[in-house]
Amino acid sequence: MVRLTHTVKTSGCASKLPVGDLNAILSTIPPMEDEKLLVGFETSDDALCWDLGDGRVMVQSVDFFPPVADEPYDYGRIAAANALSDIYAMGARPAVAMNIMCFCSHMDLEVMRDILLGAQETCRQAGCVIAGGHTIADATIKFGLSVTGFTTRDRLWTNRGARAGDLIVLTKRIGVGVANTMIKAGEADAGFTREVLDGMMELNRSACELASSFEVHAATDITGFSLLGHLYEMAHSSGLTIEIDSSAVPVYPQALEGARFGFIPQGAYSNRDYLEDKVLIDEGIDRALCDLFFDPQTSGPLALAMDPASAEDFVSRFSGVGAVIGRCLPEREKAIVVRA
Amino acid sequence: MKRIDTSGYSCPEPVLMTKRALKSSGQGLEVIVDNVASRENVTRFAQATGYSVGCVSEGSRWILTLTK
Repeated sequence: MVRLTHTVKTSGCASKLPVGDLNAILSTIPPMEDEKLLVGFETSDDALCWDLGDGRVMVQSVDFFPPVADEPYDYGRIAAANALSDIYAMGARPAVAMNIMCFCSHMDLEVMRDILLGAQETCRQAGCVIAGGHTIADATIKFGLSVTGFTTRDRLWTNRGARAGDLIVLTKRIGVGVANTMIKAGEADAGFTREVLDGMMELNRSACELASSFEVHAATDITGFSLLGHLYEMAHSSGLTIEIDSSAVPVYPQALEGARFGFIPQGAYSNRDYLEDKVLIDEGIDRALCDLFFDPQTSGPLALAMDPASAEDFVSRFSGVGAVIGRCLPEREKAIVVRA
Repeated sequence: MKRIDTSGYSCPEPVLMTKRALKSSGQGLEVIVDNVASRENVTRFAQATGYSVGCVSEGSRWILTLTK
């Protein structure tokens, strides 16, 4: 059987273009404006938000990437969970989705069917309907979804509402990019491989739904731009500094070992390069742990800014891996500070 | 000292090439890398397995010298 991850150079969200290159181009394109457009691309948020005028807001996003798992069904499930996550990160519920597929003409069509079935299963779990899509022939496989969801204006989360004094909550472990590099290299055992795949398939639905019962000031999901990259966007958009307690961040222990042995995706170095002058990291923090902070995640956690009481309450009630990893401070010289 | 050239390969291949080469080379190893990720990853792998790493830049690539 073809191992899908061996047909591509980069996997999952580690395949994103370097953010510096992307910003250099996007900054030259004037953003389109409309009074109904509540969130466009200028604040690097997770989805566009469109005011429907009756209190409801439509939230729309698209996400696709090369294979991140060897089994087509697993890949379809992960790609769907990752695409749906953008909707959850805005505090919305996904409603409808369309497939986006690039497929190789020489590959068995059963592979395509299993990818689509995997995505359908995950969307079913999310209560989201896939209805159609688009497929083109390409040299390597890529798959994802365009997802539309809905929320209300008073429940819409963006990455720009964090307040000084808020705590930052994370809802999954990080280290998936390193883990995927280890898997590709044959350096991850079966148990760890399964744990990482299951983690990427896990929807951010329960985190979103539980958090919706609290007042969330800002939210994002952690994907290709890494933990520090996405928190930088939140800090920058909100006009403050986020201080992270490095010892509080939940990581896959085996990924920490993998980083120590150099199984780090290229994207982690691009992220570090872009963020270098925006982040202050205390001396004495384990280099491998810092590597995971720049590691591109696929279908990663939500990061939520909430007042301290809500954050603590959320973590105590959340059934998954939930942790308070930092706090928001009035703006300082650096947008992100990582403490030992 | 044995030398391998990882130019043109992307991660994790340069680390795996280094790992294989070190198994058959007890005397240390020179590794040519042509991008920052490979340079950093091969350095991390070598250090984690007990080697000292020297690095010399040569045009658009680097020569890493791994010794115990």
